[in-house]
Amino acid sequence: MACKKEYVELMHKYLDREITRDEEYSLRSHLQSCEACQSHFHELKRTVTLLETTSKLQVSSNFTEKVMNHLPKENKRISYMRWFKRHPILSAAAVFFIFMFGSILSVWNQDSQLSVSKEKDLIIQGDTIIVPEGVTVEGDLVVKNGDLKVDGSINGDVVIINGEHLMASAGDVVGEIDQVNQVFEWIWYSIKGFFKEVFSLANIFWMVP
Amino acid sequence: MDTKIKEKIKLVKKGDHAAYEDIVSFYQNKVFQLCFRMIGNAHEAEDLAQEAFIRAFINIQTFDENRKFSTWLYRIATNLTIDRIRKKKPDFYLDAEVKGTDGLDMYSQLPAEQVQPDEEVESMEIQTFIQREIMGLPDKYRSVIALRFVEELSLLEISEILNIPVGTVKTRIHRGREALRKRLRHI
Ligand SMILES: [Zn+2]
Repeated sequence: MACKKEYVELMHKYLDREITRDEEYSLRSHLQSCEACQSHFHELKRTVTLLETTSKLQVSSNFTEKVMNHLPKENKRISYMRWFKRHPILSAAAVFFIFMFGSILSVWNQDSQLSVSKEKDLIIQGDTIIVPEGVTVEGDLVVKNGDLKVDGSINGDVVIINGEHLMASAGDVVGEIDQVNQVFEWIWYSIKGFFKEVFSLANIFWMVP
Repeated sequence: MDTKIKEKIKLVKKGDHAAYEDIVSFYQNKVFQLCFRMIGNAHEAEDLAQEAFIRAFINIQTFDENRKFSTWLYRIATNLTIDRIRKKKPDFYLDAEVKGTDGLDMYSQLPAEQVQPDEEVESMEIQTFIQREIMGLPDKYRSVIALRFVEELSLLEISEILNIPVGTVKTRIHRGREALRKRLRHI
């Protein structure tokens, strides 16, 4: 069996597909004359065939699900982004509302100072705006963060934001009185204003020849 | 397929879970069979495969996109399995017969839906026998044989996965093949 080691080496080279043409020739011619090497080679090839027979083993059907359940939680930003990509119109609407409500709310929050749209001839007494007797306000009046007492008269609408119309007074308001005291009412009021602006802008554009 | 996998990996790196789901379903059986060839028990192999996918996900940022994803994944699976084998060694390595019987019950752990049809029973018994003989090999031969014959990987890929020189891979394949030749001679 002196031949064996060298030729067995060649057999493995053959099975690794790394044999050269000369080596293959030398192996083949030896195999024709040596029965021991022939059966060795045959057994090796058979072993490889057996090992390469693909196993029919498969993972259980819920394998992927089990893996996914064990992963660390997905970053929220990623899932939002994926959602946005799948729903572009809803996303645009969401962005629009976030911006709009954001700006309305920030106005609501920042603005806690008493203010009034016209000051001429009016009296400011603490948190109360007084329209004195004999004074007539021409046009609409907006009061923020304060109460309104009308002793004189107002020739227009009145909006009181975060305040009250003190009813004790006997004054005269020609238009409507709007009292806005809740954030939601303020938002609603702003939206109405927003759309009015949009429409008036649109009107301007349409009127341009 | 490779470019598709690469795209998915990019998404996974950004944290996209859904993309990883596709990766798992594509590689699950390959990883599972690799683990099974080394550990010889379907239940444990599935456990290891699951662990490998979770580790790969957690460490995805360390994966170099210029390399082959499968090589990296198989490396994780192989290392986990080798670790597991080392831990169970005391009651596992006493003698060839004990090792052999451990492989015998592997098919009893298959889920019912995967019961093989009649004509495949014979080949299944041969598979069981082959697996038992593989389990009789020292683990360093077993991992090389598993990588070579389950996934038909190149010698170079195996050397990358196991982090050993190609020459060593060759020697182990040759010796493993010789050992199995003697063991499988009679079937
Ligand atoms: Zn010979």
